[in-house]
Amino acid sequence: MADQGKARILGSAIKRREDPALITGKGRYTDDFTLPHMTHAVIVRSPYSHAHVRSIDTAAAAATPGVLAVYTAADIESSGAPGTVPTAWLLPDIKTPEHSLLAKGRVRYVGDGVAVVVGETRQAARAAAELVEVDYDPLDAVVDPQKATAEGAPQLFEDVPRNISFDWDLGDKEKTDLGFEGAAHTVSAELRNNRLIPHAIEPRAALADFDEHKGELTLRMTTQNPHVHRLLLSLASIGLPEHKIRVIAPEVGGGFGSKIHLYPDEAIAAWCAMQLKRPVKWVATRSETNLTDAHGRDHVTRAEMALDAEGRILGLRVDTHAAMGAYLSTFAPAVPTYLYGTLLSGQYDIPAIYVHVLGVFTNTAPVDAYRGAGRPEATFVIERMMDLAAAQLGQDPAEIRRRNFVAADAFPYATQVALEYDSGNYEPALDKALEAAGYAALRTEQKSRHDAGSSKWLGIGLSSYIEACGLAPSQVAGALGAQAGLWESAKIRVHPTGTVTVYTGSSSHGQGHETTFSQIVADRLGLEVEQVEVIHGDTKEVQFGMGTYGSRSAAVGGSAIANGVDRAIEKGRRIAAHMLEAAEEDVVFDDGQYTVKGVPDQAKSWGDVVLASYLAHDLPEGMEPGMETTAFYNPSNFVYPFGTHVAVVEVDSETGDVELLRYIAVDDCGNVINPMIVDGQVHGGVAQGIGQALWEQAVYDDNGQLLTGTLMDYALPRAHMLVSFELDRTVTPCPHNPLGVKGIGEAGAIASPAAVVNAVMDAVSHRGIRNIDMPLTPEKVWRAIQ
Amino acid sequence: MGHKIRVEVNGRVVEREVEAHTLLVHFLREDLALTGTNVGCETSLCGSCTVWMDGEAVKSCTQLAVQADGTTVTTIEGMRTGDEMHPMQQAFWEEHGLQCGYCTPGMIMATSALLKHNSNPSEGEIREALKGNVCRCTGYHNIVKAVQRAAQGGS
Repeated sequence: MADQGKARILGSAIKRREDPALITGKGRYTDDFTLPHMTHAVIVRSPYSHAHVRSIDTAAAAATPGVLAVYTAADIESSGAPGTVPTAWLLPDIKTPEHSLLAKGRVRYVGDGVAVVVGETRQAARAAAELVEVDYDPLDAVVDPQKATAEGAPQLFEDVPRNISFDWDLGDKEKTDLGFEGAAHTVSAELRNNRLIPHAIEPRAALADFDEHKGELTLRMTTQNPHVHRLLLSLASIGLPEHKIRVIAPEVGGGFGSKIHLYPDEAIAAWCAMQLKRPVKWVATRSETNLTDAHGRDHVTRAEMALDAEGRILGLRVDTHAAMGAYLSTFAPAVPTYLYGTLLSGQYDIPAIYVHVLGVFTNTAPVDAYRGAGRPEATFVIERMMDLAAAQLGQDPAEIRRRNFVAADAFPYATQVALEYDSGNYEPALDKALEAAGYAALRTEQKSRHDAGSSKWLGIGLSSYIEACGLAPSQVAGALGAQAGLWESAKIRVHPTGTVTVYTGSSSHGQGHETTFSQIVADRLGLEVEQVEVIHGDTKEVQFGMGTYGSRSAAVGGSAIANGVDRAIEKGRRIAAHMLEAAEEDVVFDDGQYTVKGVPDQAKSWGDVVLASYLAHDLPEGMEPGMETTAFYNPSNFVYPFGTHVAVVEVDSETGDVELLRYIAVDDCGNVINPMIVDGQVHGGVAQGIGQALWEQAVYDDNGQLLTGTLMDYALPRAHMLVSFELDRTVTPCPHNPLGVKGIGEAGAIASPAAVVNAVMDAVSHRGIRNIDMPLTPEKVWRAIQ
Repeated sequence: MGHKIRVEVNGRVVEREVEAHTLLVHFLREDLALTGTNVGCETSLCGSCTVWMDGEAVKSCTQLAVQADGTTVTTIEGMRTGDEMHPMQQAFWEEHGLQCGYCTPGMIMATSALLKHNSNPSEGEIREALKGNVCRCTGYHNIVKAVQRAAQGGS
């Protein structure tokens, strides 16, 4: 569409439409809803990481005033409900032991639910939960994914020897081994990717209401994918038919992956409401979220890289133990496999790669997707190896990257690990980042500080990342084990006056869909964003949709909307041609006007044409009245955002303290719908990745007790620990979706851990230190320096 | 055993009977239906529940409702004057200082209280003042900009 001097809505930093409610306290999250006769559920959780449950005595709890019921696994079983939470991504020969809503005779992590108490008030239910007497027979526990695979290690499931759920590999082992044979240099390292707790600030919550006369359940819950949750609840948890369940995601206070998965608790609340015929609310405490929200990462990896004399990569071998925790969470098997192994080529032209992964049960909270999901782990491996190689070969980290980049003219580029990068142009992003950082000047300062004997060592770290997101081409996902298609849907309901309501399967939990999706529609139709309403997050209003994760909303959800709008425009074009008595092919649509080519005063407005479609007094032969379209967009490939980030740190050699001085991010997410929102996504992702690099870690002791169960012990980044970020971008549009967009939600968290760790290692490498495991706390850094 | 309290909340005097153990945040949310104040941790570590008590920012999850007896409490719902947003609310909107919005009421209450004591804080002072409020979405970048904008008199 030609720009007629009017500012384009698409690409402009308009303020978010969702904000006025949120900044005035009118946003309504799940816990903000109260229903008449509402009750409160509290889950009784195991204090042991591994134990047989000999017996559960609920009598005292049940006799407490204000308590309506106390249920255990036996009650769920006798109700006839399926009573499980399923795994929705399978791998060849994977072992998927049952995960029941409440533990049946055995608990496998601290926080595993054993009973539920429902009371008239939250206080009554909490107090009674303390009175449920569970007789545990403790078993030995194992929390480290490497130790869990040793012979004789405590075993979580009888039929899962050595706790190995899956043994997966990708790439050509022989070819990779050959690459190592002729190599001038080999570099190897053991790299740990620390276990993280997502920490959405809104704890998980559910409010279930069962209408016994209609047999319908309405479940408000903290979800990133209401339709997927409805489907899984129906099939595996409560057994109510799908069309009798309505899942609503009200405002959702952050997710970062943790609200993708189906947990027992929300299903238990639903099941309780069906038993009691009264609304049941369940809200996690912060301690419960830390114990039971699916954690992220937790990899132990051995990586080896072969290079020629000039520093060109000849091969990469990666062997990873990935902790799965006590049960396989919803999409857990995909994370350390197809979202990890496939990304190990990074931005580089690597002729041979082989990756082997063991997915391992441990007596810890389950592990699943957390912002980036597999891609931060892959980026960390490849970008740490690039720096270790640079150091070993005496090359500049920027130069060794440049030397190995996939060339700008080599796209589409097929990697050795199953992906075809659709587009990319890596050097300009690197150059822009180096220039913004003042790379040469930083190196000079680093040297002069060193020469002067300063105790404050400067470090500069690069991370040139790629990610595959916009999940996902359904055929590919299906071939790789997904039990779902990963398309997205959009219904475009054009009202007789020409305004539009969009129903999208991509629900928002902070990403600003109501703003960006209306920008897409308004831009295409020549409307104002105020003339577009976006409906999401309610399975009763919206056709099936896959939800929000994997940086897919703009690329997949937005593309569905664009296609749906284009179908409406196309129908309008036929109507306009009929009204204007012109040939259909001569009618063009631009900025809200249908005109006849070469006859600009022959025009019909969008509103005129839409009204005509509803009046239906004189439509083209055979055309149905009305203006409503539905589009299901199934992407033909992933999208591949990329960029280079630069971290600048100062290490206090006397205390080991790391101070982040600057953080520069140059990202390429293709065309930008709203630069303000894109920048915001980068800020948040970068902050989480810096948190992983420097402070955050879920720590279990050897008995499987979570030592970082509160915000006193788990160090979330706070404002004074971070800096203002320096952002820029390059634009390489995606060639295969109608908007030319890629994802940006996870990029920051994917790139930043490696950038920060590389910077710290750069500062301390003159002391012969090659690696320190994340998080780089002062103690660890100080000990390494000694 | 209930305790009678009298609190001025957002300009209205309310009298209620509360249990001794009732937290201020639950009193606000459940007794007064002021659900704009959110609970993030119940341990005063996340700051989502920040409100003003007698004009000072406090975390309402670690105040008892009975402690509010005789005080003036302002919540996020009380920040607008008529239809006009408080300059800090407006600044958060202008600068994209929020994403999911869950920590936002607490952030707005904490940062607007800061400006009462320090009308022109440096970036470092803003970041220090926000130590007690966690945001997982924004990396604080735009929150800092919002506070700077509000300090400079809004738009």
